[in-house]
Amino acid sequence: MQIHRYDVVIVGAGGAGMRAALESGPRVRTAVLTKLYPTRSHTGAAQGGMCAALANVEEDNWEWHTFDTIKGGDYLVDQDAAEIMCREAVDAVIDLEKMGLPFNRTPEGRIDQRRFGGHTRNHGEAAVRRACYAADRTGHMILQTLYQNCIKQGVEFFDEYYVLDLLLTDVYGQKRTAGVVAYQLSTGEIHVFQAKSVVFATGGFGRVYKTTSNAHTLTGDGMAITYRAGLPLEDMEFYQFHPTGLAGLGVLLTEGARGEGGILRNASGERFMERYAPTIKDLAPRDMVARAMVQEVREGRGAGPHKDYVYLDLTHLPAAQIEEKLPDITEFARTYLGVDPISELVPVFPTAHYAMGGIPTNIHTEVLIDNETVVPGLYAAGECACVSVHGANRLGTNSLLDINVFGRRAGIAASEYAADAPWVDLPEGAADHVEQMVTGLLSSTGTERVGELRRAMQETMDFNAQVYRTEETLSHALDDVRGLRARFANVGIQDKGARFNTDLLEAIELGFLLDLAEVLVVGALARKESRGGHAREDYQARDDETFMKHTMAYREVGPDGSSVVRLDYKPVTVTRYQPMERKY
Amino acid sequence: MATDTAAPDAPAEPGAPERFPVTVRVRRFLPDEGPEPFWQDFVVEVFPTDRILDALHMIKWEQDGTLTFRRSCAHGICGSDAIRINGRNRLACKTLIKDLNASKPIIVEAIKGLPLEKDLVVDMEPFFAAYREVMPFLVTTGNEPTKERLQSAEERAVFDDTTKCILCACCTTSCPVFWTDGQYFGPAAIVNAHRFIFDSRDEGAEQRLEILNSHEGVWRCRTTFNCTDACPRGIEVTKAIQEVKRALIFRG
Repeated sequence: MQIHRYDVVIVGAGGAGMRAALESGPRVRTAVLTKLYPTRSHTGAAQGGMCAALANVEEDNWEWHTFDTIKGGDYLVDQDAAEIMCREAVDAVIDLEKMGLPFNRTPEGRIDQRRFGGHTRNHGEAAVRRACYAADRTGHMILQTLYQNCIKQGVEFFDEYYVLDLLLTDVYGQKRTAGVVAYQLSTGEIHVFQAKSVVFATGGFGRVYKTTSNAHTLTGDGMAITYRAGLPLEDMEFYQFHPTGLAGLGVLLTEGARGEGGILRNASGERFMERYAPTIKDLAPRDMVARAMVQEVREGRGAGPHKDYVYLDLTHLPAAQIEEKLPDITEFARTYLGVDPISELVPVFPTAHYAMGGIPTNIHTEVLIDNETVVPGLYAAGECACVSVHGANRLGTNSLLDINVFGRRAGIAASEYAADAPWVDLPEGAADHVEQMVTGLLSSTGTERVGELRRAMQETMDFNAQVYRTEETLSHALDDVRGLRARFANVGIQDKGARFNTDLLEAIELGFLLDLAEVLVVGALARKESRGGHAREDYQARDDETFMKHTMAYREVGPDGSSVVRLDYKPVTVTRYQPMERKY
Repeated sequence: MATDTAAPDAPAEPGAPERFPVTVRVRRFLPDEGPEPFWQDFVVEVFPTDRILDALHMIKWEQDGTLTFRRSCAHGICGSDAIRINGRNRLACKTLIKDLNASKPIIVEAIKGLPLEKDLVVDMEPFFAAYREVMPFLVTTGNEPTKERLQSAEERAVFDDTTKCILCACCTTSCPVFWTDGQYFGPAAIVNAHRFIFDSRDEGAEQRLEILNSHEGVWRCRTTFNCTDACPRGIEVTKAIQEVKRALIFRG
């Protein structure tokens, strides 16, 4: 076992982690721990754009952006956080441009902007051009640009170090951050990193579902680690399904395709979104479009031999526009479905895409241990965090914005805290928990297979906790997940080696996913209303009276060592927008 | 809805594609067990539209958990799963069974020219070290503008192609010069230097060109076009290298 000491340790090297590192690195001694090489992070898969009210191509302002974000989030957004994000969005985009990001340009040479779902002019009048973009690889360019600037600044990375535990030490009855424990993939060695500040930027947990746009590695590590450390998770039942996944595969096709003029059609060619969102049609927020698509399929208007998908139609757009503005998704359709979007309709269906919930933080990215109290020295940003700027449904492009605005804030807050704070002693036997976890799996004679348990989890989640939910389907999912958690105790792996043991890694990841699946389902069962990404067929209306509040899920450990999910709630911060009916 | 891993006993529809067996011949290397690589055959039931990555997952999840490879996004954007398939560098997640001759064993091995760690995993550090050496970041002088720097669409188009690079190493590890001369920067590093040398906002071209003018720089390139063939992003790698060479010849 090795022990390291850094003022700030950042866990995760996607957009939020690297944006934080760029702020923290120059201020204090900083390390970035990442289970993947930084450029492999899933920020790179984001396509369509990053919204900011630059008003480069038409009138816009950050207050309209704030309103859209709050309405898009179905009034579960903490409005102070949304104001900060939308106000700081303008600088966040300019900062990236100055770092070298090659945005597409207007004829005047300014950053070009295009339309995106739910982003409107003057509180819903019409779609507005707010998304700054680099073809359909905006996330790729953000990830590359941030990594390039980390190289420029000499940020210290620990590549392929998988963080498995958060160390908290009791100081006079208060939990304080002491560091993290990591497993080095190449050697199997365990490393303890003592740190004054820890920033979690570990991304989402899309692999809890079967059909997903998420990478295989998006297994909710940071969320599960903090949850197991006794901290709450917020709003985990709100999971976004992106309308346009390649049918059957879940590979993402950007909403920017509709921003460029693409249209969704059912089997008979009807532009069905006109019925669901008469004003902005195909550019309605993702939750509404996903529900509309599922509805079309349920009512028999789906396309294909099983009538189980709808079409994304780009054929009316000029070929040059498609090739220039949407080259990557064009290639995905050609490669994976053998369909050419220039001349053919592309089969699409909703795909699990984004966690609105996560590790609760305040606007300074400080992690909360309850509704108000922060854990000194602990920060979270990006998809793994819930600040909450996305509420019950995130608007397209706001995730790339979130990672830049709150990643930056986390880097500043964590390093400023570390500059003055005293070191906290490592807890007794700091690495014990991880050592037990690793040796337990390596020496297990269990007969359950990781692949089989994961497949069963993903199938029940797809079937029972997807776009539409009921008491019955969710109860079914909960039974299944609890059964799988019990079976997971008897999991065995075949690779007993120390070097690059991805068999071991996948088992640990599955353990995290099973915990999060349970939290998601328990939260969804208790929320007897429909709001944003959480649509209950047995409670179809939004119930502001009872449920305009954040879910806070805690892990309660019983005397026999088994754990259950305990729910509590936290009020929504409202500043200037009272809830109203959500029409588009 | 259809899924990529439907149960094998699902009733086949008339005309629908069916699973068929394919042999995947993997060059294994398990350093904890023995010092020598060896070949091992696995038979998996695949659909024509399955990716090689799907086949590798079937092996790992259903047959042999020790099979080791890197992967993440599974749709060709993260660059984790560059491997050698039937002698060509490709991404496992962008290579479909139907595009290979599945009547013969599909040969799968690690990319060449980087130290082999385990099975299909190589040490990427020399590759990233070369990348870092070419100053792959925007270099500017003077005061920053208040808002964005201006750049015309035409100026941006000059380096658009090389911004697509995902650092998967398919190009560099297909280059015969790189195989024999471990010091050569390799195509990927030059591609990423190109991305900044031709960016109208950048002022570091001179330094970068000097680095690439060195003994192990662009002049080692023998224009065999392996790199261009290998690039899963369709970047015209050899052309980019030629443009850097030309910039060196014609620089003021």
